[in-house]
Amino acid sequence: MVTFVIPIGDMLTRSYDDSQINTVFPNTFEEYKKWDKKDLPPEAVYKALFEELAYGKKIQIGRALTRMNYSKSGWKSLIKKTSRDIKKIVKSGEFPLSYKNTLIDINEDWADPTFWYAMGQMTNEITPIYYWNALDRTYDDQQNVVLQEENRRLYMATWIKTFKVSIYVTFFCIVLGFPVAHLLANLPLRYSNILMIFVLLPFWTSLLVRTTAWIVMLQRNGVINDVLVWLGILSDEGRLQMVYNQTGTIIAMTQILLPFMILPLYSVMKVIPKSHMRAAQNLGAKPALAFWKVYLPQTIPGMSAGGLLVFVLAIGYFITPELVGGKDGQLIGHWIAYHLKTSLNWGLASALGAILLVIMLIFYWLYNKIVGIDNIKLG
Amino acid sequence: MALPSYATPIQRTYYYAYLFFCCVVFFFLIAPLIAIVPISFSVSPFMLFTDGMLAWPPDPEAWSLRWYKNMVGMCDSESVSSTVPCANKWMIGTVNSLFIGIIATLIATTLGTIAALGLSRPNMPFKGIIMSILISPMIVPLIITSAGMFFFYARINLVYTFTGIILAHVALATPFVVITVTATLVGFDTNMIKASQSLGARPFRTFFKIIMPLILPGVISGALFAFITSFDEVVIVMFMASLDQLTIPKQMWAGIRQEISPVILCMATCLVILSIILLSTVELLRRRSEKLRGVSPH
Repeated sequence: MVTFVIPIGDMLTRSYDDSQINTVFPNTFEEYKKWDKKDLPPEAVYKALFEELAYGKKIQIGRALTRMNYSKSGWKSLIKKTSRDIKKIVKSGEFPLSYKNTLIDINEDWADPTFWYAMGQMTNEITPIYYWNALDRTYDDQQNVVLQEENRRLYMATWIKTFKVSIYVTFFCIVLGFPVAHLLANLPLRYSNILMIFVLLPFWTSLLVRTTAWIVMLQRNGVINDVLVWLGILSDEGRLQMVYNQTGTIIAMTQILLPFMILPLYSVMKVIPKSHMRAAQNLGAKPALAFWKVYLPQTIPGMSAGGLLVFVLAIGYFITPELVGGKDGQLIGHWIAYHLKTSLNWGLASALGAILLVIMLIFYWLYNKIVGIDNIKLG
Repeated sequence: MALPSYATPIQRTYYYAYLFFCCVVFFFLIAPLIAIVPISFSVSPFMLFTDGMLAWPPDPEAWSLRWYKNMVGMCDSESVSSTVPCANKWMIGTVNSLFIGIIATLIATTLGTIAALGLSRPNMPFKGIIMSILISPMIVPLIITSAGMFFFYARINLVYTFTGIILAHVALATPFVVITVTATLVGFDTNMIKASQSLGARPFRTFFKIIMPLILPGVISGALFAFITSFDEVVIVMFMASLDQLTIPKQMWAGIRQEISPVILCMATCLVILSIILLSTVELLRRRSEKLRGVSPH
């Protein structure tokens, strides 16, 4: 248990943690807080910054720079250039009279108040900036939260896409799963046990195997296109592009998550007495009406259990969209992995993860309320 | 569930449409798994049905075992090409996967069984909360789990070690054991424990002679679930394993992304067979357990 709860907690703290930079520039930030935020900061701020750049550890400063660049691009090159010159000054042993003028001489950006305003975001140990970034928002020069520039907006669209795909998948799972569960629940045990294998086998098979199989099925020269061409529905040139896009993701995810819908539905339908439908029809209801008024309401617990389970699993899905989705089918999980592995923006990765976790916990709580967590059954 | 003989033609149509729809869904569920099997025996280096394979009478030239040979590291010169290098990566991966899987299963089964026994006691405090925390690794998206574990293990220097991967897999696999063992404990007669103790058995002996045989089917199927979870897990391995710590899923992932070769399908076929074996074992165990506990099936 320790190996699970602590890591999640650790990740959550990273999503708002800003202490690293505060260990690098403690005096600068201390002096910065005394500044009245008008015009340019006083001499003391420049002095503290000068000293901390001159004597700080290089690795620590490097890490801090990456962080500074998240709040305003340009910080990294500015500080790198400045600290190179500062090192020279320190070596020569001639300490400047006015640190402020020296820094502005080195680079005139030090006279640009927007850099100093941006520094204000970093002076606290905790920061909401990663969360704002995760929702496509950033700070402007006056430290108000605004939308990112158009071409850098990315995450809101991905969040919406994630929800859209999850809703589609849940919907298709209900539509496909309902009749099958009904059939399984009403057949004699001998047959339903055999048919149950069709549901359980995919459930037991490796996720990667199923994902690979879908790539084989859906690709341009894949099985489905072959069959459609052979049947004459498609011409050889008109083969459908079904994989490496959103369609592929939805198809593959529906198949992969379908057992999670069928199994809860099945266990609910199993205990609905068959006599209810007969009674309704005896009382004069047409089959459709009897189904709508008598049978369907009784299956709602199963549908909500399966639906919530499928939805929760779908919003956090990573493997299938990553492999089948191509560029267009990526869900939010892709960006978490990207910031974790490639861009190393761990704060943002954690913030995205934390938001996903909260959404998921809400549904998990709902599931617990409606179904009860100890009612999960496997096979 | 057959139609009554007095059904109207419209009802009949609906009924057959419904049966047809169910067949389509079953086909949808199972077809991808079936389709990969013949392709894995293909000669062609692409993952598709070649003309030769579809020809009638079957063309023996179109079928071969070369990809299987490649998978186990036996390569003849013709099956080694620039796109499909011959390497025993798959075998290293298999050994690693089995190693991680078996150790993680042993730990997870022990922990999960103890947890389930504790949770099934009627006087256990905070039962609901503990249960939902125990189950949560099943529900929390893998990517979040792996992100958190990656950060945490980086702090305690367990990243890029087998220990780290095994511990992470234990956390993922334990819920399955808890669930299956809890299910066998439903209807467990606690008087048997009292009886055994009043006859002079120590708690240890009671556990191994009375409790263990009764919950054994649940424990074994939980262990199988735990094993397949660990055996199939790729996201955590991707983040936490070093480059040379190969496992089967990691190798498959790399295979799908980079060198699309039918060797992946050979491994996939093997995994499908493995899952069939595991599924039948679990099914048998479940029936046995129901018989043991005197619960009539359904």
